[in-house]
Parts: sequence; structure tokens; C-alpha cells
Amino acid sequence: MSRFLAWFALIFGCLYFLLPLVGMTEFSLKMRRGEYSFDAYRRVFEDQRFWDTFSYSLALSAATIVVGVFLVVPTAYWVRLKLPQARPFVEFVTLLPLVIPAIVLVFGYIRLYNTSSWLPLTGSALGTDFLLTMGYTTLALPYMYRSVDTGLRTIDVATLTEAAQSLGAGWITILGRIILPNVMVAVLSGAFLTLAIVLGEFTMAALLNRPAFGPYMQLLGANRAYEPPALAVIAFAITWGCMGLMQLVTRLSKHERAKA
Amino acid sequence: MSFLTISHLEKAFGSNLVVKDFNLQVAKGEFISLLGPSGCGKTTVLRMVAGFEMPTAGSITIDGQEVTGLKANARNIGMMFQAYALFPNLTVADNVAFGLKVKGVPRAKRDARVAEMLKLIGLTEMSGRFPFQLSGGQQQRVALARALAPSPRVLLLDEPLSALDAKVRVSLRNEIRDIQQRLGITTIFVTHDQEEAMSISDRIVVMNAGIADQVGTPFEIYNRPTTRFVANFVGTLNTFAVKVDDAATGRVRLGGAALTLPPGLAVGTDMHIALRPEALRLGREPGYETVVMGQIEEVHFMGSIIRLRARVAGELVVMDTFNRADQPPPVPGTEVEISLSGKDAIVLNG
Repeated sequence: MSRFLAWFALIFGCLYFLLPLVGMTEFSLKMRRGEYSFDAYRRVFEDQRFWDTFSYSLALSAATIVVGVFLVVPTAYWVRLKLPQARPFVEFVTLLPLVIPAIVLVFGYIRLYNTSSWLPLTGSALGTDFLLTMGYTTLALPYMYRSVDTGLRTIDVATLTEAAQSLGAGWITILGRIILPNVMVAVLSGAFLTLAIVLGEFTMAALLNRPAFGPYMQLLGANRAYEPPALAVIAFAITWGCMGLMQLVTRLSKHERAKA
Repeated sequence: MSFLTISHLEKAFGSNLVVKDFNLQVAKGEFISLLGPSGCGKTTVLRMVAGFEMPTAGSITIDGQEVTGLKANARNIGMMFQAYALFPNLTVADNVAFGLKVKGVPRAKRDARVAEMLKLIGLTEMSGRFPFQLSGGQQQRVALARALAPSPRVLLLDEPLSALDAKVRVSLRNEIRDIQQRLGITTIFVTHDQEEAMSISDRIVVMNAGIADQVGTPFEIYNRPTTRFVANFVGTLNTFAVKVDDAATGRVRLGGAALTLPPGLAVGTDMHIALRPEALRLGREPGYETVVMGQIEEVHFMGSIIRLRARVAGELVVMDTFNRADQPPPVPGTEVEISLSGKDAIVLNG
């Protein structure tokens, strides 16, 4: 009986998640009356704005990931190594972006860094892109921090650090050659989550008036019928592709297999 | 001439003073063990020598250079850890080469040194493996090679054998001692295992509550403990309260038997003496000055020796006797004669 219930729960759960996706995909293929076609996808790929906004968001994702890694890996490492008592506080701070809406953050940015402020970042495209990258880094912080912290939990940070120190290594060598390679899968996991967040983010990009993928999806959704679900399927494919890459990296990484 | 000098070393964590006025002089090439129970401060002393902890007071000098304030990565000290601490992302060869890379040793020299170290530990054929592909003993040997590769001035061993099974532990400790003697490297070994410490050390420091209770050779520590703690901690002891008959000649009375203590011992009026299990002989032995009667209560067969527990004058005493195939041990309940001699007695002070 319990076996039956387990299978029932599994199948119900799968259907709950898959049916809307199947429905959406099917709808995206129905642009041509009476038959299935990839017309909606063709229309999306033919639109230059898709490529412009997508490549812009991709570039900002890369920048966000780099800033996130440089901010989070040393912080999480230092907290684990030297300030374990500060961990609850740091975790609370990294969770704040989940409870503070992006709109609050972006209005704060606009007030602080507008053209008449002491640091007029919104006065130039590059400055606004920098601001947007910082905003994205903040939004991705809960995911990046947790991923890296979980990765650090799987290794004996203190002993590895002391072993490296006894061999003459300084902090940069320890972080670059020992800690980072050993949490690379966790960093990649955080990076792919960051990519997914940046690709779908609307509020910040729209209010800072930057040509990102999120506002483009919203614009398309407001004016077209078949292209938005096609775009959603493309976004899903990218996310799943990233998750597949994550799995591949984990499998290919020999020393990670040892931890599994 | 002392190579490593530790002077008046103290370490406090908050109000808790865990190392108190610790002094030690280690000669070049000497193998010293810090032995003591958990929490006695032995690992803290080792970590201060390594540079992982800063002393609250005192100084550490290596080869004439004061290193007390130096960072761990500037001390040129090799260290082995209980948890192996091999870098999981690096192969055996890369682990051994790590310290040399950090030092900026050229590739050709580095490769030669790595090959030399792997040959030393007998793992040449495993150079391309990752740590997870090795057994615990092999990992610890790689850790030893890694620690030795940059030619450190001092080698520190922080309970490196604790995580290994008994057989590997014995073979690896012999291997460590052999390599240490071949290289002539000054070594400090932290352990709570007295057998381990006594089997491979030139000298042992027995620590108790942050203090070095006694420093001496394994023979001195075992046979002539200077404090009650050392006597109790190292080996097994039978303790007896004795009555002094004649303090001048060292004659004391144990139950109904008389014993003469070795000359030179401070004999008080109210004292305790101790006898090691091997100092008590089953039966009437020539050359032993007195014989007491006892009743066997327990017999533990331990291979080469048999440990017997017998009741003597109301006290439970432990004695060890060699196993002999032609002479089965007595069964519990047997009345036996036990020979003992005052020359084997340890007078307990402190």
C-alpha cells in the first residue's frame, strides 16, 4: 500500500510540473492554423531584438557571476575559517534580497546614484550597467552564498588551509589553488542559478532602462500570442542546458566523484 | 646545542590558560613526543610551533632564529595532520610538489624532488592517483612526502596515526621513524598513545593540564616517573600504601611483607609505592626479596603475554607473565604465590 502511495505521489508530482510545460510547448507550436510548426520559434529567432537583449543579459550574467564569485567565495571561506560565530548574521544578510523586493532596491539605487548625486552612475550606459550588475549580484546572493557554503561544508577548510600554510602558501594561493578548485562544482551551481535569475529579471532592467532579456520577454508577452510561450520554452531549454552542464562537470571532475 | 628552543610558552583562550610556562630544548635530528591525555595542551604547543596559534607569552626559536611572531607560511616547518589533509583536487605528485611550487622551485628540480620523495615512501607508481584512490596509510605516507619535500627545518606530526587501523599504525610509525632517522630531521610528534610514543621517541614530554610534568627518555619515563600523574598515565601500575620501618635504610612494610626501596629515594613516613605488572612474578622467584599470597580473579590472554588480576591483602593487583606453550595460565580462584622486590618499586610523589 505504501509502495502504491509512493508511486502515486511521484506520478502526481511529475504530472503537476510537466502538464503545464507540455501545454505551453504545444501551444507554442500551434501558430500555423491546423498543424504544428516552429513558426513562433522562427519569428523569435528572426527578431534582432531577441539577439540584442539576450546577448546583453548574457554579458551581464557573466559580469554578475564574476563579481559574485569574487565576493562570495572569500567571504564564505573567511566566515567558515575565522568567524564561525558570524555565520548566522552573514546568512541573514544574504537572505535579505529574498524579502526586500527588487523595486525597493532599484529605487534606492536611482535615489543614490542619479545624475545629480555625488556618484552619478545612472548618467552613462556603462555606469548603469555597473549598477545593474551590482543589483543582479545582490539578487543572486542568497543562491550563490548557499551553493558555495554547501560546497565548503564538504571539505575540511581549516585543515586544508593549515596544510597549505605549512607548505608556505599565502591567502591568494590557498583560495585560488586549493579552496576554489575544491568548491568549483558548487560555484558553477551558483553561477548557473545566477544566469537563470539574470536572464529572467525584469524590474531592475526596466526601471534602469537597459535593453535586457527580461523587459523584452515582457514586451513580447504583452503584444503577441505564440511567441511568448516559445520564448519561455527557449528560456527553459537554456536553464536545463545549464543544469545538464552542471551534472557533466560534476561527473567529469574526478576528485568531486570521491566526495559523492 | 639546542636546535629548537621553547621558552616559558603560555597560551590562554579567554580566561582559560591551556599551556603554562612550557619549556623544551630539542637537539637537531631529535625525535620528541608530546604525550598526554586529551585537553592537556600538547596539540596547542605543536600549533604554536607551527604558527597556527600565537602564544600569549614566551618564545620559540628555531636554529637561532626567533620565530614566535612569524606567520605559519614563513616558518619552513613541515606538518602532518590526523586527517591526512591531502588536497583532494591534486594528484599524489601534485600534492608532493605543492610546497616546491609555492617556493618557486624550477620544474626540473621540482620533478626530481617529487620522484625522490615518492621513492622514499614507496609510492612511485601511484604518482598520478588522486587522494580518494588511496588507502588511509597510503594517504598519510603521501602527506609525509609532501611535508618533507620542501626540506623543512622541523617536522611536526599531529597524531598522524590515530585514524589508521592497528596494523597499519605500527608499520607506518616504524616507517616514519626510519625516514626521520635517515633524513636526520628534528621532529615533534603529538600523541595520546603511550606505546606509540615510547616505541619511536628519543625523548618524551609527558604533559598534564598545560604543564610538562616530565621530560625524559622512554626508559626514564616508564621506570622512573617523577610525578604520580606520569606514573599513572604511562603504563599500568599497582599502587600500595606502605608503612616505613626504617627511613635510613629505605625499609618499608607492605601488608605482612618487608621491602627495601632503592637507595637515594626520599622515604617519608606516610607514603605510597607502585609496582609495574611485570615486576610481580607468579610463584617463588629467586632474587626476589619477598613473597605474598594472592588469589587469581581474572585471566586475560593477550598473545605473547598473559595479564592476571589477583587479590592480594584485599587489593586487586595486575601482573603480566610471558606466555609459554608448555605452561597454561592459572585458572580464576587459584591461590598463588607472588614474588616482588623493593628494587622495582616506584615511590610516588606529587
